[in-house]
Amino acid sequence: MLRKNSYFGILLLAMVVVMVLMVLMNGIDFLSLRNLKSMSFQLPELGLLTLAMMIAMLTSGINLSIIATSNLSGIVMAFILTGLVPDSGAAGSGIWITLLAVLAGLAVGAIVGMVNGYLIAVVEISPILATLGTMIMLSGISVVITEGYVISGFPQAMLAIGNKAFLGIPNPMIIFLICAGIMAVILNRTPLGTRIYMIGSNPTACFYSGVNNRQVLFRTYILSGIYSSIAAVIMISRFNSAKADYGESYLLQTVLAAVLGGISAAGGFGKVSGLILSLIIMQMISSGLNLLGVSNFLTIALWGIILILVMVVKYLLENGFIKRRAA
Amino acid sequence: MKNLLYRHETYVFLAIIIFVTVVSIINPAFFTLENFFDLLKSASLMGTFAIGMLFVLISGGIDISFTAIATVSGYTIAVLLLRIGDSLNIILVFLIAALIGIALGMINALIIHNFKIPSIITTIATQNIFYGILTVITTGTWLYGFPKWFGDFATIRVFTFYTSEGVPYGLSIVTVIWIALILISWFILKYTVLGRGIYAMGGNTLSAQRTGFNLFGLTLFVYSWMGLMAGIGSVIQALLVQTVAPNSLVGKEMDVIAAVVLGGASMAGGSGSVLGMILGVTMISILGNGMTIMRVPAIWYNVVIGLVIIVSVGASAYRRKIFTRRKVITETTSAGGQRAA
Repeated sequence: MLRKNSYFGILLLAMVVVMVLMVLMNGIDFLSLRNLKSMSFQLPELGLLTLAMMIAMLTSGINLSIIATSNLSGIVMAFILTGLVPDSGAAGSGIWITLLAVLAGLAVGAIVGMVNGYLIAVVEISPILATLGTMIMLSGISVVITEGYVISGFPQAMLAIGNKAFLGIPNPMIIFLICAGIMAVILNRTPLGTRIYMIGSNPTACFYSGVNNRQVLFRTYILSGIYSSIAAVIMISRFNSAKADYGESYLLQTVLAAVLGGISAAGGFGKVSGLILSLIIMQMISSGLNLLGVSNFLTIALWGIILILVMVVKYLLENGFIKRRAA
Repeated sequence: MKNLLYRHETYVFLAIIIFVTVVSIINPAFFTLENFFDLLKSASLMGTFAIGMLFVLISGGIDISFTAIATVSGYTIAVLLLRIGDSLNIILVFLIAALIGIALGMINALIIHNFKIPSIITTIATQNIFYGILTVITTGTWLYGFPKWFGDFATIRVFTFYTSEGVPYGLSIVTVIWIALILISWFILKYTVLGRGIYAMGGNTLSAQRTGFNLFGLTLFVYSWMGLMAGIGSVIQALLVQTVAPNSLVGKEMDVIAAVVLGGASMAGGSGSVLGMILGVTMISILGNGMTIMRVPAIWYNVVIGLVIIVSVGASAYRRKIFTRRKVITETTSAGGQRAA
């Protein structure tokens, strides 16, 4: 318990340090309302995808297909939005079409989740291989159905999801916070959540405790797929378009954000709160450096360095190196 | 003979034969010596990376950063070739690329071993670091226009045939390099203490340590070997396309992992063979080539590759599942029998 709290403490400290550094380099403008708002428009996409990655990692699995899932459901949504809008005659905002599209998109995510769940829970392929296979296949399907083209031009209601704000808080942020809240409740307050952590710590012990491992894994990957689709809703709305290869660089970033947030790669440990802190840290670094005009690639390199540093500190902590000194 | 049925390689081999037969019937141009040498040449790049990946997977790890390592070493030799190309030769080029690869691989090994950070996380981080810093320094410029000798070396053929139209073809020097690397790897894995140590470490780390294997040495070797293959691969890439672009390799790491896994290496470590790796690379290569020859649109490529991977790893996972279940049943019944006696 103490150990977990101390890691949360490190993250909090890291966040403050990063914030101070960014303010020192950019001036107080960094904390201006405008910049905070632009950051909270950018964070949710990666945030939702990281939640999708997190839940798979908690069961000691991984879901490499999240980006491919997200793009495929984005494309399905885009087809519905662009294909049905002119015929429906609704000159208004197209709320119903948008609702239909979003539901279809979420269904795509759930179906992909079921396929992953089947391969992992029933056929017993290791998660990394199963999702590697589905990743390649899904991105292939996306290319085939779009023939590699961009699909764009959505109704107002769809665009509002990603680009408007409600009471000053950007819509994507609201969606992300609700989804993160739901995820936290599922993990901490439901039997499913407890079982997800149990499978991650010791699947055999979990099985002999009378848990239906298959069912838990199935639901885990379905949830992971649905969260990828929610990310797709925000992504296509912000880009006003969908394409087979959007956001490919997000894949490794989600693993990075999850691990930085204290999600154990071996499974069984990690909380939504840590994840949110790590997302904020990463977003502050990328926005801060962006304001300074630093290349995106340097930001990527910095994320890598931070990830290794955090893992090293964590290792030293777990081996009592720092604790013994403090005592 | 019965053992063959339990080997993953057998099934991959059968699948390859079936596919080759089908493609050859549809278009006889596929089953020609010319196309065969072409295939070998284009498979050499992925094949070289796959050798390194095979070692890492057998040792129970994974390396995502090798494409970034290859990019760094490829870019370095490209800059050297453009600046002082006339005073270099092909051996020096390979040597420089190899040293850079080994050095970067060692960084991975040191982080993984000393801080017990899972290899997937370490190499995701180092991929970002290597690639990020390289792109910042180079600003993503493409490099081409290498010295004439560098271009000439790439066209060397060990033996040459001519088509009926008089176009020469034959076994490329690039393929020879790949084959040499395969033979060395096969020897290391099969006949040296080092190779058996890599299998032991991947099978059960604790037992390997207690048996007296030097885990640090093994880790260092495995990731340096991956780095070495990345370095050599980067030269092969430069030879094949005569251009070095910072973004041409990063992002392709999953293809290589897929090829090696298709050949039966497991993500859990401790299993995998050079033969399987060759079959996996062959499978992926002839799928691409065969689809082109059958005039299947290129956009279908990923769908087919993805399906093949799922079916292949699914079949082998399913067989393993049935096999272990049968083993558990026979073991418990025989144990029961002994107790009764």
